Amino acid sequence: MGNYQWTIADLLSYMGRNSDLLWEYFVTHVIMVLAGVGLAFVIGVPLGVLCSRNEKLARSILAVTSTLQVIPSLALLVLLMLAFGLGTTTVVVGLLLYSLNPIVRNTYVGLKQVNPSYVEAGRGVGMSPMQLLFKVRFPLALTYMLTGLRIAAVIAIGVATIAPLVGGDGLGREIYSGLNGQNPLRIYAGAIPAALLAIVADLVLGALQRRLNLSERKSSRNGSKKEPSASPTV
Amino acid sequence: MIEFQHVKKVYDDGFQALKEINLEFKKGELTVLIGPSGCGKSTTMKMINRLMTPSSGKILINGKNVSEQNPVELRRNIGYVIQNIGLFPHMTIGKNVAVVPHLKKWDKAAIDKRVDELLRLVNLDPEVYRDRYPSELSGGQQQRIGVARAFAADPDVILMDEPFSALDPISREQLQDELIRLQEELNKTIVFVTHDMDEAIKIADTIVLMKDGEVIQTGSPERILRHPANDFVRTFIGQKRMDSETSIDIPIVDEVTVPNPVTIFPSRGLAEAIKMMERRKVDSLFIVDRQHKLQGIVSIYNVLDQYGEENKTVKDVMKPIGYLVRPGTPLPDAVKMMSEHRLTNLAIVDDTGKFVGLITRGSVVKHLSEVYPSIVDSLANTFGEEA
Ligand SMILES: Nc1ncnc2c1ncn2[C@@H]1O[C@H](COP(=O)(O)OP(=O)(O)OP(=O)(O)O)[C@@H](O)[C@H]1O
Ligand SMILES: [Mg+2]
Repeated sequence: MGNYQWTIADLLSYMGRNSDLLWEYFVTHVIMVLAGVGLAFVIGVPLGVLCSRNEKLARSILAVTSTLQVIPSLALLVLLMLAFGLGTTTVVVGLLLYSLNPIVRNTYVGLKQVNPSYVEAGRGVGMSPMQLLFKVRFPLALTYMLTGLRIAAVIAIGVATIAPLVGGDGLGREIYSGLNGQNPLRIYAGAIPAALLAIVADLVLGALQRRLNLSERKSSRNGSKKEPSASPTV
Repeated sequence: MIEFQHVKKVYDDGFQALKEINLEFKKGELTVLIGPSGCGKSTTMKMINRLMTPSSGKILINGKNVSEQNPVELRRNIGYVIQNIGLFPHMTIGKNVAVVPHLKKWDKAAIDKRVDELLRLVNLDPEVYRDRYPSELSGGQQQRIGVARAFAADPDVILMDEPFSALDPISREQLQDELIRLQEELNKTIVFVTHDMDEAIKIADTIVLMKDGEVIQTGSPERILRHPANDFVRTFIGQKRMDSETSIDIPIVDEVTVPNPVTIFPSRGLAEAIKMMERRKVDSLFIVDRQHKLQGIVSIYNVLDQYGEENKTVKDVMKPIGYLVRPGTPLPDAVKMMSEHRLTNLAIVDDTGKFVGLITRGSVVKHLSEVYPSIVDSLANTFGEEA
């Protein structure tokens, strides 16, 4: 698309010269994603808990969240813009709605797969419903919940790049400026950090998930010999 | 201490799991609930700590109706060992044991002290195990922790739902022994569910035998063995049926054999013979050839006598068989022979010289105890005099 040849060196020097602005875009991008996904987590986890309590409710809630996710992102943002006007709020609400489905669904599935023996043991030793949730059910569903968070984060980082179309900020700004001005340097200067951000988020959350994986949970003592668990799993 | 009054349970699907239960669990006693799978043992037990609610009837602990107590508070004061393993996989052993003291908001120093004390109580070194996760322990060790957790806050009542049933026989025996030791020390009121009669006989003060949601018989193990209430109990405790009108069939030796008599080939060395005796815990071996024909017998003394001679085999040190019986010999004849010649065992050999079985004093007593327990006493005396 560009009408002149450019090199990696050009790109780096461009990014160097505009590092202040790019950094600002990057930070806003991250903040929008954190806000959207964070809110989705705060709302989605209780919804997931609700789903795990009642199958009928689960079907309705999951129907709504999955429908939300099917709406094309641009269409969703435009619809929201009608309600919230141009600006960051629209973007954050959009990211929230987009992130809800993976978070609710994975929380629900995670809680469902907890072996009922552990729940009964928790009740049997005298945990209140809240203690049971926080001391037993959440910890045992944690890897699933993290999967939801990971998927939500990666999607949100991508969707956030179209924020400028509804008056938002972020790395999308740079990309759209590049598109408008037919300047591939600017497009790459926006797109590459966004892509890297998605990859890094995926890797970090993935690593966290593996660390918390129960089947690999071991005490930190050295040379721990692996004894297979003799516990029945059903 | 714990009383069931007219307790019934109908599940939501209309299934009547308990018909009309009236029971008393005595203070300081270990009561075993036993019966076939699905008879309602777990249901009965879980009503005590309100994990389940009776459809009608009352359950009293120390005279107080459990349904009037806060379930969470109630459960913190009743130890609970779950059927299958209920240790929390995301908590260390120390944390698992400390769950109830933690919920009861003991201070940290008291909890730490108690955890170490409990781990020692169930014979696990706190230094080694405290910070491990359940998956790093063997099944038997995990179940020990389950027991320790139930004792943690020193409750008066402890419920145990088939705590040892997933274990291999050796660990199970060990844990039963430990439970008996703990109980002698601590005198809790324990309700223990199992479907293993041997386990019940070993550990129970009182046995409650259930079937299809009803209590069939209650009593000490001794009483139930001597006076089974009906045929169901008789079959359940594994006694062979004995009607008064039919005379006892006189058993033949073939019915009274030990399961796997220890044999060895003639060409085996003396060290091998000793190893085999050690492993199978016997003091003599029967020597059979490849066709399973009985050649002789070798005792530990014969072997040790010649042990220095490395080239000798069991064939060189064996003794001929002095006494043997044919298959189909009536048991009394065999017992008489053992008694007269002071034999500890007697080989059964068929016409072709093949070794087909072995009876021992132990196998005779075991057989008779199954047919008619009271014969055992008199017979034991006879053997006692002879020995
Ligand atoms: N939630 C439930 N809904 C319907 N029926 C149930 C429920 N829980 C148990 N039952 C039924 O009640 C009966 C008694 O169950 P319970 O768990 O008390 O048996 P149990 O004697 O402990 O058996 P096991 O030795 O197999 O553990 C069984 O037939 C079982 O199928
Ligand atoms: Mg049961």
